[in-house]
Amino acid sequence: MISLKQDQTKVKETKVTSGDEAGRREFLKGSAAALALAPGMTLFAYGEALAKPADQAVSTKSRWGLLIDAAKFSDEDVDACVKACQDENGWSDTGKPLTDPQWIRRVNLKNKKTEEQFSLPMMCQHCAEPPCVDVCPTGASFKRKDGIVLVDKHICIGCRYCMMACPYKARSFVHEHIEDQKEHAPRGIGTVESCTMCVHLVDEGKEPACVKAAPAGAMVFGDLNDKTSKLAQLIKSVATQQVRADLNLDPGVRYRNI
Amino acid sequence: MKIVLIMQKLIMTMLGVAFIGVSLLASVGQASAQPEWMPNPPKAIGGQCDLDPKEMRVKHMTLLDHKRDQTMHDGIRTKKYSLKNCIACHAVKDESNKYVTVKDERHFCRSCHDYAAVRIDCFDCHASRPQDTMNKAAKAAGNPHAKSAGISAIGKPGDRTVATLRKFIAGEVK
Amino acid sequence: MAETYRQLREYNNSFNILLVLHVVMIAVGLGAAFYMEHNGHVVTGMNNQIVWGLPHVFAIFLIVSASGALNLASASSVFSKLAYKRFARLSAILAIALLIGGLVVLLLDLGRPDRLIVAMTYYNFKSIFAWNIILYTGFITIVGIYLWTMMDKTVARFNKAAGWGAFIWRIILTTGTGSIFGFLVAREAYDAAIMAPLFISSSFVYGMAFTVWVLITMCQATGHRLITKEVSQKLRELFIIFIAAMLYFTAVHHLTNLYAAEHIGVERYILWSGSVFTYLFWGGHVFIGSILPMLILMKSDLGSSRVGLTSASILMLLGGMAHIYVIVIGGQSYPLSLFPGMEVTSTFQDGVFGNYMPTLPELLLGLAGVSMAMFIVGFALKILPFLPSPVAEDQ
Ligand code: SF4
Ligand code: SF4
Repeated sequence: MISLKQDQTKVKETKVTSGDEAGRREFLKGSAAALALAPGMTLFAYGEALAKPADQAVSTKSRWGLLIDAAKFSDEDVDACVKACQDENGWSDTGKPLTDPQWIRRVNLKNKKTEEQFSLPMMCQHCAEPPCVDVCPTGASFKRKDGIVLVDKHICIGCRYCMMACPYKARSFVHEHIEDQKEHAPRGIGTVESCTMCVHLVDEGKEPACVKAAPAGAMVFGDLNDKTSKLAQLIKSVATQQVRADLNLDPGVRYRNI
Repeated sequence: MKIVLIMQKLIMTMLGVAFIGVSLLASVGQASAQPEWMPNPPKAIGGQCDLDPKEMRVKHMTLLDHKRDQTMHDGIRTKKYSLKNCIACHAVKDESNKYVTVKDERHFCRSCHDYAAVRIDCFDCHASRPQDTMNKAAKAAGNPHAKSAGISAIGKPGDRTVATLRKFIAGEVK
Repeated sequence: MAETYRQLREYNNSFNILLVLHVVMIAVGLGAAFYMEHNGHVVTGMNNQIVWGLPHVFAIFLIVSASGALNLASASSVFSKLAYKRFARLSAILAIALLIGGLVVLLLDLGRPDRLIVAMTYYNFKSIFAWNIILYTGFITIVGIYLWTMMDKTVARFNKAAGWGAFIWRIILTTGTGSIFGFLVAREAYDAAIMAPLFISSSFVYGMAFTVWVLITMCQATGHRLITKEVSQKLRELFIIFIAAMLYFTAVHHLTNLYAAEHIGVERYILWSGSVFTYLFWGGHVFIGSILPMLILMKSDLGSSRVGLTSASILMLLGGMAHIYVIVIGGQSYPLSLFPGMEVTSTFQDGVFGNYMPTLPELLLGLAGVSMAMFIVGFALKILPFLPSPVAEDQ
């Protein structure tokens, strides 16, 4: 079934799993003997987890997540993240704030008692128990096995029930025709969209665009299930918060210093 | 009530006349023995891919559909049957050396879909021309076949017929 | 008793004019839907904060009314109130028609109405919305069967069973419609189990108002009396009871919300902040839709007269629209609370009341749904014996 060309690409790809007992195991796919990392792969970018081979399905072994440290963000830093997302995924403001797309936004907070002010980036929280998925009549809203919540725009009918259900206002509806979308981020009129955690990059073993644009250490991306990952270790060792934790949605995006 | 009846008769008569007219035209067309008017999709940049054109003409939607679900839900991102890859390889350039979008009737997909009068839904969301990830060889080579695209290239423009389309899909014409 | 039902054969021009008006309205509404689909929802008043707008208000109103329109039929077959038997067929066909009208509006407002086939082939059984689609199609089928058992003597023995089936189904249907909102945990205005009984009691009011309005329109169109004085009195009393029940559940809904500290904000917003919803709630739902018709209906002779019943029905329907508007739009307009105890702002309308200004195409689409329902009923009356036969002037 797999063509010659496919085999050649596969030679370049390696799978590295972080085993708990055996340490890191590496094995080759295909019959070729050469071992080389695909270009662009950064081995230790976020803990041990690495890109899966392109032909392998995602599994529940990983659960991708983020830790956002509000204390490390200035307003401009948050805006840089938003800009990075826009550039990566091809959405932008068109001067119509009520209907413009919004994958990630700057939320400005002011503590009513202490008057302390700060801001943080807010996007889809990639809930483990996502209400958007529960309510979607067609199953277009779904959670990938690795915890990333997406809209399958092929079967989204644009009913917007998921927008009603999301507690975080993470979703927006495409209100007009759009052209020249990014080829890795299809989006179109009449369907709902939200942060994809840059799933196309994650599948290649890279970090989401916002994480790259954030100040050093302000945003940590990684595998919540991998106890050895930087993210999991941080969550274990410092105080972290979930937004609206009372709703018990177990978001994959966590915060610090709110 | 009477008006309705009269309208009905009128419509039926008009349909009848139209039908006879179309059949006459069709027979005239056949009699003149011109080459048939059929789709002539532009050649791909990367040369012949290892997918059989006959198979692709019949099954491309099923194959793409299957792959789309795999990519969307399981994160399987191999190149075979990936729309992004198909688009990169089947890109067509215009006079100013830019890749055309699906708005241009020379676009690969349109060259046949226009003929068959089948609406393409893909490009409401997907990019219809290659961008950053376009394969480099193609970028360098450009596409020599750009101007041959379109439905009028083979034979004289005439009626689009289902029979011709069938022949085309069955791969009886190259 | 001679024939109890008859086909609509003799009628005056007002009926024809009505039918034509409805057809025109439907055409205009379809045009509006096409316009919105072609340009995208950017041409509507709906936006990323108020995601469901006027079309949904109409759709939900019609769907809720559909279940209530079955009241008279249920009363006759389930509760053996024979006085209503004459209206059973009309009541059933009206129920089907209203539901279809509502569904058409809902469908045409989708972002991708062209994907109807997707909506019907992909089901997420966890979604209350998907269940509702099943409930709606089931309702049409069951009420259709019910109608059949009313009209065909050979299957008449199943009438009681079908009547029960339809009755139970309609209660589930309205519960399901109410639950669309009840399940939205994060929306403070909706997060309440009382939503379902509130919807059921409202459906009684609005559905019956539609039924009575149609009946009286048909009296006018045929120039005959179709309702006996006795039944008029009963209708009057029923209305009073149903309005009282609806008001009761509305009160319970808001009072329990006030009791829960975290919901006080949204209650204040809707009940006395002076927002458009405050006016619609008190002026529309409570005054025009409940108190005014109550006052009319309380007077025994006025309340059972044609004028009294008609005006009360129309008032209840207007109030009903206001009621659903407050629920649907008001509930969305109140900002989600992401960070309790904090003042929140953003470029995405965090922390501010959502703005919604319905546009003409939305209104036209909604009205087309009503016209669709009315046209179906009018057309059905012409081709099948659904109408009760006239009664003598002194009855
Ligand atoms: S944040 Fe909203 S859109 Fe994202 S998974 Fe949770 S409910 Fe769904
Ligand atoms: S808008 Fe699309 S993704 Fe959201 S609930 Fe409806 S069908 Fe599902």
